[in-house]
Amino acid sequence: MPTKNSSEKDLLAVSGGRIQSLSRRNFLGYIGGASALLVTAAACSKDDNNNDNGVDLGKDDIGILNYAYALEQIEAAFYTKIFEAPYSGISASESALLGDIRDHEIAHREFFKAALAGSAIPALELDFSSINFTSRDSVLAAAKTFEDLGVTAYNGAGKLITNPDYLVLAGKIVSVEARHAAYIRDLISNGSFADNTAIDMNGLDMARTPNEVLTLAAPFVKTKLNASNLPNS
Amino acid sequence: MNIQNIINEIEKVDPEVYDRLNGRRNAMKNFASFSGKVALAALPIALGSMFKKAYGKGSGVTGLIDDTLNFALTLEYLEANFYIKGVGTAGLIPAGPGVGALTTIRDHENAHVTFLRTAITALGATPVTFTAANFDFTAMGTFADVFSNYDTFLAVAQTFEDTGVRAYKGQAGNLMANNDILTAALNIHSVEARHASHVRQMRKARGANVKPWITGKDSGIGAVVQASYDGEEVTTQAGVNIVNIGGTTVSAAAASEAFDEILTKDQVAAIVAPFFKP
Repeated sequence: MPTKNSSEKDLLAVSGGRIQSLSRRNFLGYIGGASALLVTAAACSKDDNNNDNGVDLGKDDIGILNYAYALEQIEAAFYTKIFEAPYSGISASESALLGDIRDHEIAHREFFKAALAGSAIPALELDFSSINFTSRDSVLAAAKTFEDLGVTAYNGAGKLITNPDYLVLAGKIVSVEARHAAYIRDLISNGSFADNTAIDMNGLDMARTPNEVLTLAAPFVKTKLNASNLPNS
Repeated sequence: MNIQNIINEIEKVDPEVYDRLNGRRNAMKNFASFSGKVALAALPIALGSMFKKAYGKGSGVTGLIDDTLNFALTLEYLEANFYIKGVGTAGLIPAGPGVGALTTIRDHENAHVTFLRTAITALGATPVTFTAANFDFTAMGTFADVFSNYDTFLAVAQTFEDTGVRAYKGQAGNLMANNDILTAALNIHSVEARHASHVRQMRKARGANVKPWITGKDSGIGAVVQASYDGEEVTTQAGVNIVNIGGTTVSAAAASEAFDEILTKDQVAAIVAPFFKP
Protein backbone atom coordinates (compact mmCIF):
# COMPACT_ATOMS: atom_id res chain seq x y z
CA MET A 1 0.00 0.00 0.00
CA PRO A 2 1.66 3.27 -1.13
CA THR A 3 1.90 6.16 1.25
CA LYS A 4 0.95 9.69 0.21
CA ASN A 5 4.05 11.58 1.24
CA SER A 6 6.24 10.73 -1.69
CA SER A 7 5.67 11.97 -5.24
CA GLU A 8 7.58 8.98 -6.50
CA LYS A 9 5.11 6.69 -4.89
CA ASP A 10 2.22 8.85 -6.14
CA LEU A 11 3.40 8.12 -9.68
CA LEU A 12 3.41 4.44 -8.86
CA ALA A 13 -0.12 4.94 -7.64
CA VAL A 14 -1.14 6.46 -11.00
CA SER A 15 0.47 3.71 -12.96
CA GLY A 16 -1.27 1.18 -10.73
CA GLY A 17 -4.63 2.66 -11.60
CA ARG A 18 -5.17 3.95 -8.13
CA ILE A 19 -5.19 7.68 -8.80
CA GLN A 20 -8.10 7.96 -6.38
CA SER A 21 -5.63 7.35 -3.58
CA LEU A 22 -3.76 10.58 -4.30
CA SER A 23 -4.53 13.50 -2.06
CA ARG A 24 -5.47 16.75 -3.75
CA ARG A 25 -2.27 18.31 -2.49
CA ASN A 26 -0.03 15.65 -3.98
CA PHE A 27 -2.00 15.56 -7.20
CA LEU A 28 -1.40 19.27 -7.77
CA GLY A 29 2.24 18.77 -6.92
CA TYR A 30 2.48 16.05 -9.54
CA ILE A 31 0.86 18.18 -12.25
CA GLY A 32 3.16 21.05 -11.36
CA GLY A 33 6.17 18.84 -11.85
CA ALA A 34 4.86 17.66 -15.20
CA SER A 35 4.32 21.24 -16.31
CA ALA A 36 7.88 22.08 -15.39
CA LEU A 37 9.08 19.22 -17.56
CA LEU A 38 7.03 20.49 -20.50
CA VAL A 39 8.49 23.96 -20.11
CA THR A 40 11.98 22.50 -20.10
CA ALA A 41 11.23 20.56 -23.26
CA ALA A 42 9.89 23.66 -24.97
CA ALA A 43 12.97 25.64 -24.00
CA CYS A 44 15.21 22.95 -25.45
CA SER A 45 13.39 22.98 -28.77
CA LYS A 46 14.52 26.51 -29.44
CA ASP A 47 18.21 25.76 -29.60
CA ASP A 48 18.40 22.02 -30.09
CA ASN A 49 18.64 21.23 -33.80
CA ASN A 50 17.34 17.69 -33.51
CA ASN A 51 13.97 17.71 -31.79
CA ASP A 52 10.30 17.41 -32.58
CA ASN A 53 10.52 20.15 -35.21
CA GLY A 54 13.19 18.17 -37.02
CA VAL A 55 16.61 19.03 -38.36
CA ASP A 56 16.58 22.68 -39.37
CA LEU A 57 17.82 23.03 -42.96
CA GLY A 58 18.50 26.69 -42.26
CA LYS A 59 17.60 29.83 -44.17
CA ASP A 60 18.62 31.71 -47.31
CA ASP A 61 21.17 30.15 -49.64
CA ILE A 62 22.60 27.97 -46.87
CA GLY A 63 19.16 26.46 -46.38
CA ILE A 64 18.85 25.68 -50.08
CA LEU A 65 22.32 24.11 -50.13
CA ASN A 66 21.37 21.95 -47.12
CA TYR A 67 18.14 21.01 -48.91
CA ALA A 68 20.22 19.87 -51.90
CA TYR A 69 22.63 18.09 -49.54
CA ALA A 70 19.71 16.17 -48.03
CA LEU A 71 18.50 15.04 -51.46
CA GLU A 72 21.99 14.01 -52.53
CA GLN A 73 22.36 12.00 -49.32
CA ILE A 74 19.25 10.02 -50.28
CA GLU A 75 20.44 9.38 -53.82
CA ALA A 76 24.00 8.48 -52.87
CA ALA A 77 22.84 6.05 -50.18
CA PHE A 78 20.31 4.46 -52.53
CA TYR A 79 22.84 3.74 -55.28
CA THR A 80 25.41 2.60 -52.75
CA LYS A 81 22.90 0.09 -51.40
CA ILE A 82 22.23 -1.27 -54.91
CA PHE A 83 25.85 -2.37 -55.09
CA GLU A 84 25.84 -4.09 -51.71
CA ALA A 85 23.90 -6.86 -53.47
CA PRO A 86 23.05 -6.07 -57.11
CA TYR A 87 19.75 -7.41 -58.42
CA SER A 88 19.99 -10.66 -60.30
CA GLY A 89 20.49 -10.33 -64.04
CA ILE A 90 22.16 -6.91 -63.87
CA SER A 91 23.99 -6.43 -67.16
CA ALA A 92 27.58 -5.29 -67.46
CA SER A 93 26.39 -2.05 -69.03
CA GLU A 94 23.83 -1.40 -66.28
CA SER A 95 26.37 -2.21 -63.61
CA ALA A 96 28.88 0.21 -65.13
CA LEU A 97 26.47 3.09 -65.64
CA LEU A 98 24.60 2.67 -62.35
CA GLY A 99 28.04 2.62 -60.75
CA ASP A 100 28.79 5.92 -62.51
CA ILE A 101 25.56 7.39 -61.15
CA ARG A 102 26.44 6.20 -57.64
CA ASP A 103 29.79 7.96 -57.91
CA HIS A 104 28.17 11.15 -59.27
CA GLU A 105 25.73 11.25 -56.36
CA ILE A 106 28.51 10.60 -53.86
CA ALA A 107 30.46 13.44 -55.48
CA HIS A 108 27.43 15.74 -55.15
CA ARG A 109 26.84 14.74 -51.54
CA GLU A 110 30.44 15.21 -50.51
CA PHE A 111 30.68 18.47 -52.43
CA PHE A 112 27.75 19.96 -50.50
CA LYS A 113 29.12 18.63 -47.23
CA ALA A 114 32.48 20.25 -47.91
CA ALA A 115 30.98 23.50 -49.18
CA LEU A 116 28.61 23.84 -46.23
CA ALA A 117 31.29 22.88 -43.71
CA GLY A 118 30.07 23.91 -40.25
CA SER A 119 26.62 24.80 -41.59
CA ALA A 120 25.94 21.31 -42.94
CA ILE A 121 23.07 19.28 -41.53
CA PRO A 122 24.07 15.89 -40.07
CA ALA A 123 23.98 12.60 -41.93
CA LEU A 124 20.34 11.60 -42.34
CA GLU A 125 18.84 8.33 -41.21
CA LEU A 126 17.21 6.78 -44.29
CA ASP A 127 14.62 4.10 -44.89
CA PHE A 128 14.70 2.10 -48.12
CA SER A 129 12.54 -0.72 -46.75
CA SER A 130 9.90 -0.08 -49.42
CA ILE A 131 12.41 -0.96 -52.15
CA ASN A 132 13.09 -4.57 -53.10
CA PHE A 133 16.78 -4.46 -53.94
CA THR A 134 16.70 -7.99 -55.40
CA SER A 135 14.23 -6.81 -58.05
CA ARG A 136 15.40 -4.88 -61.12
CA ASP A 137 11.92 -3.41 -61.56
CA SER A 138 11.76 -2.20 -57.98
CA VAL A 139 15.26 -0.70 -58.06
CA LEU A 140 14.74 1.08 -61.38
CA ALA A 141 11.33 2.39 -60.35
CA ALA A 142 12.89 3.89 -57.22
CA ALA A 143 15.80 5.29 -59.24
CA LYS A 144 13.36 6.95 -61.62
CA THR A 145 11.49 8.47 -58.68
CA PHE A 146 14.68 9.86 -57.16
CA GLU A 147 16.11 11.22 -60.42
CA ASP A 148 12.91 12.86 -61.64
CA LEU A 149 12.38 14.25 -58.14
CA GLY A 150 15.92 15.62 -58.10
CA VAL A 151 15.39 17.39 -61.42
CA THR A 152 12.17 19.05 -60.26
CA ALA A 153 13.78 19.95 -56.93
CA TYR A 154 16.73 21.77 -58.47
CA ASN A 155 14.49 23.40 -61.08
CA GLY A 156 12.26 24.71 -58.30
CA ALA A 157 15.14 25.78 -56.09
CA GLY A 158 16.78 27.97 -58.74
CA LYS A 159 14.61 30.99 -58.06
CA LEU A 160 15.17 30.67 -54.30
CA ILE A 161 18.94 31.13 -54.67
CA THR A 162 20.38 34.63 -54.36
CA ASN A 163 24.07 34.02 -55.10
CA PRO A 164 24.61 33.64 -58.89
CA ASP A 165 27.54 31.28 -58.27
CA TYR A 166 25.30 28.90 -56.34
CA LEU A 167 22.71 29.10 -59.11
CA VAL A 168 25.35 28.00 -61.61
CA LEU A 169 26.42 25.17 -59.29
CA ALA A 170 22.83 23.97 -59.01
CA GLY A 171 22.64 24.16 -62.79
CA LYS A 172 25.81 22.09 -63.17
CA ILE A 173 24.24 19.36 -61.05
CA VAL A 174 20.65 19.40 -62.30
CA SER A 175 21.57 18.67 -65.90
CA VAL A 176 23.52 15.62 -64.72
CA GLU A 177 20.48 14.49 -62.73
CA ALA A 178 18.42 14.93 -65.89
CA ARG A 179 20.92 12.80 -67.83
CA HIS A 180 20.51 10.13 -65.12
CA ALA A 181 16.72 10.42 -65.22
CA ALA A 182 16.64 9.93 -68.98
CA TYR A 183 18.96 6.93 -68.80
CA ILE A 184 16.96 5.24 -66.01
CA ARG A 185 13.70 5.91 -67.82
CA ASP A 186 15.11 4.38 -71.00
CA LEU A 187 16.22 1.30 -69.03
CA ILE A 188 12.63 0.89 -67.87
CA SER A 189 11.12 1.66 -71.26
CA ASN A 190 13.25 2.77 -74.17
CA GLY A 191 12.09 6.13 -75.48
CA SER A 192 10.54 7.33 -72.22
CA PHE A 193 13.50 9.67 -71.48
CA ALA A 194 11.29 12.74 -71.75
CA ASP A 195 7.74 11.49 -72.11
CA ASN A 196 4.61 13.33 -71.08
CA THR A 197 4.77 12.02 -67.51
CA ALA A 198 7.80 14.29 -67.03
CA ILE A 199 7.48 16.98 -69.71
CA ASP A 200 4.50 19.27 -70.28
CA MET A 201 2.93 20.46 -73.54
CA ASN A 202 5.32 23.40 -73.70
CA GLY A 203 8.26 21.02 -73.71
CA LEU A 204 9.18 22.00 -70.14
CA ASP A 205 10.33 19.83 -67.27
CA MET A 206 8.59 20.39 -63.95
CA ALA A 207 9.70 22.44 -60.95
CA ARG A 208 8.68 21.60 -57.38
CA THR A 209 8.88 23.60 -54.17
CA PRO A 210 10.99 22.27 -51.30
CA ASN A 211 7.85 21.34 -49.37
CA GLU A 212 6.48 19.36 -52.30
CA VAL A 213 9.79 17.58 -52.77
CA LEU A 214 10.32 16.81 -49.09
CA THR A 215 6.81 15.41 -48.81
CA LEU A 216 7.54 13.03 -51.69
CA ALA A 217 10.91 12.13 -50.19
CA ALA A 218 9.56 11.67 -46.67
CA PRO A 219 8.85 7.90 -46.97
CA PHE A 220 12.59 7.37 -47.48
CA VAL A 221 13.82 9.63 -44.69
CA LYS A 222 13.53 8.70 -41.02
CA THR A 223 15.15 11.89 -39.81
CA LYS A 224 12.55 14.64 -39.60
CA LEU A 225 13.51 17.68 -41.65
CA ASN A 226 12.42 21.21 -40.89
CA ALA A 227 12.18 23.29 -44.06
CA SER A 228 10.21 26.12 -42.47
CA ASN A 229 13.10 28.57 -42.62
CA LEU A 230 13.84 28.08 -46.32
CA PRO A 231 13.15 31.07 -48.56
CA ASN A 232 9.80 31.14 -50.38
CA SER A 233 10.76 33.29 -53.33
CA MET B 1 20.17 49.45 -54.55
CA ASN B 2 20.85 53.18 -54.62
CA ILE B 3 18.92 54.45 -57.59
CA GLN B 4 20.42 57.93 -57.48
CA ASN B 5 23.92 56.46 -57.69
CA ILE B 6 22.90 54.46 -60.73
CA ILE B 7 21.51 57.55 -62.40
CA ASN B 8 24.68 59.48 -61.53
CA GLU B 9 26.85 56.78 -63.09
CA ILE B 10 24.75 56.78 -66.22
CA GLU B 11 24.90 60.57 -66.35
CA LYS B 12 28.71 60.37 -66.62
CA VAL B 13 28.40 58.59 -69.94
CA ASP B 14 25.05 59.94 -70.97
CA PRO B 15 24.44 63.54 -69.85
CA GLU B 16 21.00 63.34 -71.42
CA VAL B 17 19.80 60.60 -69.09
CA TYR B 18 17.37 62.85 -67.24
CA ASP B 19 15.87 64.14 -70.47
CA ARG B 20 15.48 60.58 -71.65
CA LEU B 21 13.74 59.78 -68.41
CA ASN B 22 11.24 62.52 -69.15
CA GLY B 23 13.06 65.23 -67.24
CA ARG B 24 14.73 65.06 -63.85
CA ARG B 25 11.73 66.22 -61.91
CA ASN B 26 9.44 63.68 -63.48
CA ALA B 27 12.07 60.95 -63.30
CA MET B 28 12.55 61.37 -59.60
CA LYS B 29 8.82 61.57 -59.11
CA ASN B 30 8.57 58.29 -60.99
CA PHE B 31 11.17 56.71 -58.72
CA ALA B 32 9.34 57.88 -55.63
CA SER B 33 6.17 56.48 -57.07
CA PHE B 34 7.82 53.17 -57.85
CA SER B 35 9.32 52.73 -54.42
CA GLY B 36 5.93 53.33 -52.92
CA LYS B 37 4.03 50.99 -55.17
CA VAL B 38 6.44 48.27 -56.09
CA ALA B 39 7.69 45.59 -53.74
CA LEU B 40 11.43 45.71 -53.26
CA ALA B 41 11.91 42.41 -55.08
CA ALA B 42 10.22 43.80 -58.16
CA LEU B 43 12.19 47.04 -58.16
CA PRO B 44 14.91 45.84 -60.55
CA ILE B 45 12.25 44.90 -63.08
CA ALA B 46 10.46 48.20 -62.69
CA LEU B 47 13.75 50.04 -63.03
CA GLY B 48 14.63 47.98 -66.06
CA SER B 49 11.38 48.74 -67.79
CA MET B 50 11.86 52.43 -67.08
CA PHE B 51 15.30 52.42 -68.67
CA LYS B 52 13.91 50.41 -71.50
CA LYS B 53 11.34 53.09 -72.17
CA ALA B 54 14.09 55.68 -72.05
CA TYR B 55 16.59 53.89 -74.23
CA GLY B 56 14.45 51.54 -76.30
CA LYS B 57 15.10 47.85 -76.72
CA GLY B 58 18.13 46.19 -75.24
CA SER B 59 19.13 48.08 -72.13
CA GLY B 60 18.57 47.63 -68.42
CA VAL B 61 17.52 44.48 -66.64
CA THR B 62 14.51 43.89 -68.84
CA GLY B 63 16.66 44.35 -71.91
CA LEU B 64 19.09 41.77 -70.57
CA ILE B 65 16.28 39.27 -70.10
CA ASP B 66 14.87 40.02 -73.56
CA ASP B 67 18.28 39.60 -75.13
CA THR B 68 18.94 36.38 -73.22
CA LEU B 69 15.60 34.89 -74.22
CA ASN B 70 16.15 35.85 -77.85
CA PHE B 71 19.55 34.16 -77.66
CA ALA B 72 17.84 31.03 -76.32
CA LEU B 73 15.16 31.33 -79.01
CA THR B 74 17.85 31.47 -81.68
CA LEU B 75 19.33 28.18 -80.41
CA GLU B 76 15.88 26.60 -80.26
CA TYR B 77 15.22 27.61 -83.87
CA LEU B 78 18.52 25.97 -84.81
CA GLU B 79 17.57 22.73 -83.06
CA ALA B 80 13.94 22.72 -84.21
CA ASN B 81 14.83 23.22 -87.86
CA PHE B 82 17.54 20.57 -87.61
CA TYR B 83 15.13 17.92 -86.31
CA ILE B 84 12.31 19.00 -88.64
CA LYS B 85 14.61 18.46 -91.59
CA GLY B 86 16.08 15.22 -90.19
CA VAL B 87 12.77 13.60 -89.27
CA GLY B 88 11.36 14.74 -92.61
CA THR B 89 14.19 13.32 -94.70
CA ALA B 90 13.17 9.95 -96.14
CA GLY B 91 15.71 7.20 -95.60
CA LEU B 92 17.79 9.04 -93.00
CA ILE B 93 16.45 7.51 -89.78
CA PRO B 94 16.24 3.70 -89.80
CA ALA B 95 12.88 2.21 -88.88
CA GLY B 96 12.79 1.52 -85.17
CA PRO B 97 12.75 3.38 -81.86
CA GLY B 98 14.94 6.17 -83.23
CA VAL B 99 12.03 7.56 -85.24
CA GLY B 100 9.89 8.02 -82.15
CA ALA B 101 12.72 9.44 -80.07
CA LEU B 102 13.78 12.02 -82.65
CA THR B 103 10.15 12.96 -83.25
CA THR B 104 9.73 13.54 -79.52
CA ILE B 105 12.83 15.72 -79.46
CA ARG B 106 11.69 17.65 -82.55
CA ASP B 107 8.34 18.33 -80.93
CA HIS B 108 10.02 19.61 -77.75
CA GLU B 109 12.26 21.98 -79.68
CA ASN B 110 9.27 23.30 -81.61
CA ALA B 111 7.40 23.76 -78.34
CA HIS B 112 10.38 25.66 -76.93
CA VAL B 113 10.31 28.01 -79.92
CA THR B 114 6.62 28.70 -79.39
CA PHE B 115 7.03 29.08 -75.64
CA LEU B 116 9.95 31.50 -75.87
CA ARG B 117 8.23 33.60 -78.55
CA THR B 118 5.22 33.89 -76.25
CA ALA B 119 7.37 34.80 -73.24
CA ILE B 120 9.36 37.42 -75.13
CA THR B 121 6.20 38.96 -76.53
CA ALA B 122 4.64 39.00 -73.06
CA LEU B 123 7.64 40.96 -71.81
CA GLY B 124 6.92 43.60 -74.41
CA ALA B 125 9.89 42.74 -76.61
CA THR B 126 10.13 41.39 -80.13
CA PRO B 127 11.12 37.75 -80.68
CA VAL B 128 13.63 36.97 -83.41
CA THR B 129 12.44 34.80 -86.29
CA PHE B 130 14.33 32.23 -88.33
CA THR B 131 13.19 29.87 -91.08
CA ALA B 132 14.71 26.78 -92.67
CA ALA B 133 16.30 29.01 -95.29
CA ASN B 134 18.53 30.59 -92.61
CA PHE B 135 20.38 27.39 -91.77
CA ASP B 136 23.24 25.36 -93.23
CA PHE B 137 23.38 22.15 -91.22
CA THR B 138 26.48 20.99 -93.06
CA ALA B 139 28.23 23.86 -91.26
CA MET B 140 29.82 25.05 -94.49
CA GLY B 141 30.67 21.50 -95.51
CA THR B 142 32.02 20.19 -92.22
CA PHE B 143 29.08 17.77 -91.91
CA ALA B 144 28.45 17.35 -95.64
CA ASP B 145 26.44 14.13 -95.20
CA VAL B 146 24.39 15.28 -92.19
CA PHE B 147 21.08 14.37 -93.83
CA SER B 148 22.26 11.25 -95.64
CA ASN B 149 24.44 9.59 -92.97
CA TYR B 150 22.53 8.74 -89.78
CA ASP B 151 25.69 8.67 -87.68
CA THR B 152 26.62 12.17 -88.78
CA PHE B 153 23.10 13.32 -88.02
CA LEU B 154 23.25 11.86 -84.51
CA ALA B 155 26.71 13.33 -83.93
CA VAL B 156 25.43 16.80 -84.78
CA ALA B 157 22.34 16.16 -82.63
CA GLN B 158 24.50 15.21 -79.66
CA THR B 159 26.60 18.32 -80.13
CA PHE B 160 23.55 20.58 -80.35
CA GLU B 161 22.02 19.07 -77.20
CA ASP B 162 25.19 19.13 -75.12
CA THR B 163 25.88 22.69 -76.31
CA GLY B 164 22.31 23.72 -75.52
CA VAL B 165 22.64 22.44 -71.97
CA ARG B 166 25.80 24.45 -71.49
CA ALA B 167 24.30 27.54 -73.11
CA TYR B 168 21.19 27.65 -70.88
CA LYS B 169 23.34 27.00 -67.82
CA GLY B 170 25.57 29.91 -68.74
CA GLN B 171 22.64 32.31 -69.08
CA ALA B 172 20.73 31.42 -65.90
CA GLY B 173 22.39 34.21 -63.94
CA ASN B 174 21.07 36.77 -66.42
CA LEU B 175 17.49 35.75 -65.66
CA MET B 176 17.62 36.01 -61.86
CA ALA B 177 15.60 39.22 -61.81
CA ASN B 178 12.51 37.38 -63.06
CA ASN B 179 11.65 34.21 -61.11
CA ASP B 180 9.09 32.92 -63.59
CA ILE B 181 11.41 33.33 -66.54
CA LEU B 182 14.34 31.79 -64.65
CA THR B 183 12.27 28.75 -63.67
CA ALA B 184 11.00 28.29 -67.22
CA ALA B 185 14.56 28.46 -68.56
CA LEU B 186 15.68 25.88 -65.99
CA ASN B 187 12.76 23.67 -67.00
CA ILE B 188 13.94 23.83 -70.62
CA HIS B 189 17.58 23.32 -69.60
CA SER B 190 16.87 19.93 -67.97
CA VAL B 191 14.84 18.80 -70.98
CA GLU B 192 17.83 19.50 -73.22
CA ALA B 193 19.90 17.35 -70.84
CA ARG B 194 17.38 14.52 -71.14
CA HIS B 195 17.64 14.81 -74.92
CA ALA B 196 21.44 14.78 -74.74
CA SER B 197 21.36 11.66 -72.57
CA HIS B 198 19.11 9.83 -75.01
CA VAL B 199 20.96 10.85 -78.17
CA ARG B 200 24.17 9.66 -76.53
CA GLN B 201 22.54 6.32 -75.79
CA MET B 202 21.41 6.13 -79.43
CA ARG B 203 24.99 6.72 -80.57
CA LYS B 204 26.30 4.19 -78.04
CA ALA B 205 23.92 1.60 -79.48
CA ARG B 206 25.49 2.27 -82.89
CA GLY B 207 29.00 1.74 -81.59
CA ALA B 208 30.12 5.19 -80.48
CA ASN B 209 32.22 5.30 -77.33
CA VAL B 210 30.00 7.59 -75.26
CA LYS B 211 27.93 7.45 -72.09
CA PRO B 212 24.76 9.41 -71.26
CA TRP B 213 27.04 11.92 -69.46
CA ILE B 214 30.16 13.76 -70.56
CA THR B 215 33.45 12.22 -69.46
CA GLY B 216 36.37 14.62 -69.34
CA LYS B 217 36.14 16.74 -72.47
CA ASP B 218 35.60 13.76 -74.78
CA SER B 219 32.98 14.28 -77.45
CA GLY B 220 33.16 10.80 -78.92
CA ILE B 221 32.90 12.61 -82.24
CA GLY B 222 36.13 14.32 -83.12
CA ALA B 223 38.04 17.56 -83.22
CA VAL B 224 35.42 19.39 -85.29
CA VAL B 225 33.10 19.66 -82.28
CA GLN B 226 35.75 20.06 -79.60
CA ALA B 227 34.75 23.63 -78.76
CA SER B 228 31.45 22.27 -77.43
CA TYR B 229 33.29 20.06 -74.94
CA ASP B 230 36.33 22.06 -73.88
CA GLY B 231 36.07 22.94 -70.20
CA GLU B 232 33.93 19.92 -69.28
CA GLU B 233 37.03 18.20 -67.91
CA VAL B 234 37.25 20.21 -64.70
CA THR B 235 37.30 18.23 -61.45
CA THR B 236 37.22 21.15 -59.03
CA GLN B 237 33.98 22.95 -58.10
CA ALA B 238 33.90 26.19 -56.12
CA GLY B 239 37.44 25.49 -54.97
CA VAL B 240 36.58 21.98 -53.80
CA ASN B 241 38.51 19.11 -55.37
CA ILE B 242 35.99 16.42 -56.27
CA VAL B 243 38.47 13.59 -56.95
CA ASN B 244 38.47 11.21 -53.95
CA ILE B 245 36.48 13.82 -52.05
CA GLY B 246 35.80 13.13 -48.38
CA GLY B 247 37.79 9.90 -48.37
CA THR B 248 35.68 8.40 -51.18
CA THR B 249 36.97 6.80 -54.38
CA VAL B 250 35.43 9.25 -56.86
CA SER B 251 37.66 9.07 -59.95
CA ALA B 252 38.66 12.02 -62.09
CA ALA B 253 36.33 10.70 -64.80
CA ALA B 254 33.36 10.54 -62.42
CA ALA B 255 34.28 13.93 -60.95
CA SER B 256 34.11 15.51 -64.42
CA GLU B 257 30.88 13.67 -65.30
CA ALA B 258 29.13 14.69 -62.08
CA PHE B 259 29.07 18.38 -63.03
CA ASP B 260 28.16 19.83 -66.44
CA GLU B 261 29.90 23.11 -67.20
CA ILE B 262 28.73 26.41 -68.68
CA LEU B 263 29.54 28.03 -71.99
CA THR B 264 29.41 31.79 -72.36
CA LYS B 265 27.18 33.45 -74.92
CA ASP B 266 30.22 34.30 -77.06
CA GLN B 267 31.48 30.72 -76.94
CA VAL B 268 28.08 29.39 -77.97
CA ALA B 269 27.74 31.99 -80.73
CA ALA B 270 31.11 30.93 -82.15
CA ILE B 271 30.11 27.27 -82.04
CA VAL B 272 26.79 27.70 -83.84
CA ALA B 273 27.83 30.44 -86.26
CA PRO B 274 28.81 27.99 -89.09
CA PHE B 275 25.25 26.61 -89.03
CA PHE B 276 23.74 30.00 -89.92
CA LYS B 277 23.89 31.15 -93.52
CA PRO B 278 25.63 34.48 -93.85
